[in-house]
Amino acid sequence: MQHEQEPTGERSATNRRSMEMVVALLLLLLGSVVVFDSLRLGASWADDGPQAGYFPFYIGVILCATSLYTLAGALRMRSDVSFVSTRALRLVLTVLIPTVVYVAAIQWLGLYVSSSLFIAAFMWRLGRYRIPLVAAVSLGVSGALFAMFEIWFTLPLPKGPIEAALGFG
Amino acid sequence: MDEINALMQGFTIALSPFNLMLMFIGVLLGVIIGVLPGLGGANGVAILLPLTFTMPPTSAIILLSCIYWGALFGGAITSILFNIPGEPWSVATTFDGYPMARAGKAGQALAAAFTSSFVGALVAVVMITFLSPLVAGFALRFGPAEFFSVYLLTFCAFVGMARGSAVKTIASMMLGFALASVGLDTVTGQLRLTFGQTELLKGFDFLIAVIGLFGIGEILQTLEEGLEFKGSRAKLNLRTVLDTWKELPRYWLTSLRSSAVGCFMGVVPGGATPASFMSYGIAKRFSPRAARFGKGEMEGVVAPETAAHAAGTSALLPMLTLGVPGSPTAAVLLGGLLIWGLQPGPLLFTEQKDFVWGLIASIYLGNVVGLVLVLSAVPLFAAILRIPFAIIAPVILVICAIGAYTVHSSMFDVWLMLIFGVVGYVFKKLDYPFAPLVLALVLGDRAEDSFRQSMLLSQGDLRIFFANPLVGSITAFALILLLWPLLAGLRERFVGPAGAA
Repeated sequence: MQHEQEPTGERSATNRRSMEMVVALLLLLLGSVVVFDSLRLGASWADDGPQAGYFPFYIGVILCATSLYTLAGALRMRSDVSFVSTRALRLVLTVLIPTVVYVAAIQWLGLYVSSSLFIAAFMWRLGRYRIPLVAAVSLGVSGALFAMFEIWFTLPLPKGPIEAALGFG
Repeated sequence: MDEINALMQGFTIALSPFNLMLMFIGVLLGVIIGVLPGLGGANGVAILLPLTFTMPPTSAIILLSCIYWGALFGGAITSILFNIPGEPWSVATTFDGYPMARAGKAGQALAAAFTSSFVGALVAVVMITFLSPLVAGFALRFGPAEFFSVYLLTFCAFVGMARGSAVKTIASMMLGFALASVGLDTVTGQLRLTFGQTELLKGFDFLIAVIGLFGIGEILQTLEEGLEFKGSRAKLNLRTVLDTWKELPRYWLTSLRSSAVGCFMGVVPGGATPASFMSYGIAKRFSPRAARFGKGEMEGVVAPETAAHAAGTSALLPMLTLGVPGSPTAAVLLGGLLIWGLQPGPLLFTEQKDFVWGLIASIYLGNVVGLVLVLSAVPLFAAILRIPFAIIAPVILVICAIGAYTVHSSMFDVWLMLIFGVVGYVFKKLDYPFAPLVLALVLGDRAEDSFRQSMLLSQGDLRIFFANPLVGSITAFALILLLWPLLAGLRERFVGPAGAA
């Protein structure tokens, strides 16, 4: 399920027609996966009502049909309509890539430390704020979240080596 | 009247300084819980339940129910400001609330949402006060077939409301259904679409999808237009509230209809989330301003908020009278009742008068306290939009990540949220609507389960959906709503356009 939606960030400034086709093809693929898995489970109407794959089977079929329709429409589209400009794409990626790094960092550093670093990097790179403000906001937000989740609601969020060193592991 | 006397007695109990303080704390906590995605009302109440074991039961339920009212109010805040629903029942509020905020009318949208919530709660609590025994009997008659017909009604009320291409609307809805079917099939115990991946066993929680599609997707979309949030010109004074109040009486019919939908859905336990979707769909279908829905129409904020709060409030009724909780939060409260040594059911009203009427009085008071609290904070909430993008954007992303994580305490969900974010961005650019996807993801599973349970009961006979007047009329109403555009077209053809409104 995870691979079907990746292609956006990859291409620089692509046109709308090809994006429309890529998405339709991915939905078609997904629809066929649903259809095949439903057939495996049994997709007919038993004595006591529908089998486990009955509804998903038709959902998959309809998804395939709509994707084919969209695909056919996309083939007749003009290819000079832009989906996203290089400039806009660059702006999107300046946020998307750090966010991916941030989510990856949560596993290693814990949520509080990586959130502080993420907010600080964001304010520093994009906002060009002074260091005292950057430090205050990034540490303040993490501190407030820590107080709220760990102490107040006693709902543990991922923690890393630094929290462990402070005795909160 | 007995009820009035009992209610007055209840007010004297609820109005003690200690209880008033608990109300205030409860509403405040609830608003915070409502604002944070992933921390739901049920969640918040469950976490704080242990704190109340030493309190007198009346004070305890006042505190916990006020957290719930606060969460109902708070869910709207992030929906309107950032297009991120803090609670499932405020998804429908984003459809018009966020466009209003982008047009610089965040204050009006918030004031309308809070006031409508209050109206919904008020109607529901009046119903609880006077109709408890009557309504309680009605809720007992709900079986799988009735549930399915209610879900069908929600879908039918909603179908066709999305703008844009019909094919893409269907594709989006089917994607929602497909995602909803992933995981353990509760009827047969078979695994569907998991392909041996243990992470997929629990399926896709719709909150993850919503946080990704709406929250992350929106931030990516906003980025294209430069590094700032629109709508920062929002007016920041309390006059906005008064001006909005002058406008609200115009939507009395929508309010009334949405309250009725909400009360019905709360009592039958359909829940606040389907209530808000259904109410939005019906309001759109019958409103003279239908064309402006989705573009920042205040009526589109009034309808779902009124219904959600009415449903949330009336969900307490079956819990008190029957011991059948009408919502997840009511289920947690029910657990509390049992721990405090109270046995819910018809006898509760005669044996624990002080508790029941103290609670009912606290619903009135708690909502007044809540309304005053959140309305006076409207300028504060609207001011959040003035925080520069480079500060607020990473904070929102962090809160989204926390929200996704807390649903199942799983990092996999955080990655999933990011993927949904990218999907949201692409879908939005290609004009695939989100609303059908979210609706199908929320209700698809429950609708299918109730359908198949009904089929097990009737041995595959579809006539079970018309087997008694109750289920028959709901099903019929659903089909009428579905075919409404067709019927309206026919009427126009034979009677002439003059007759059509």
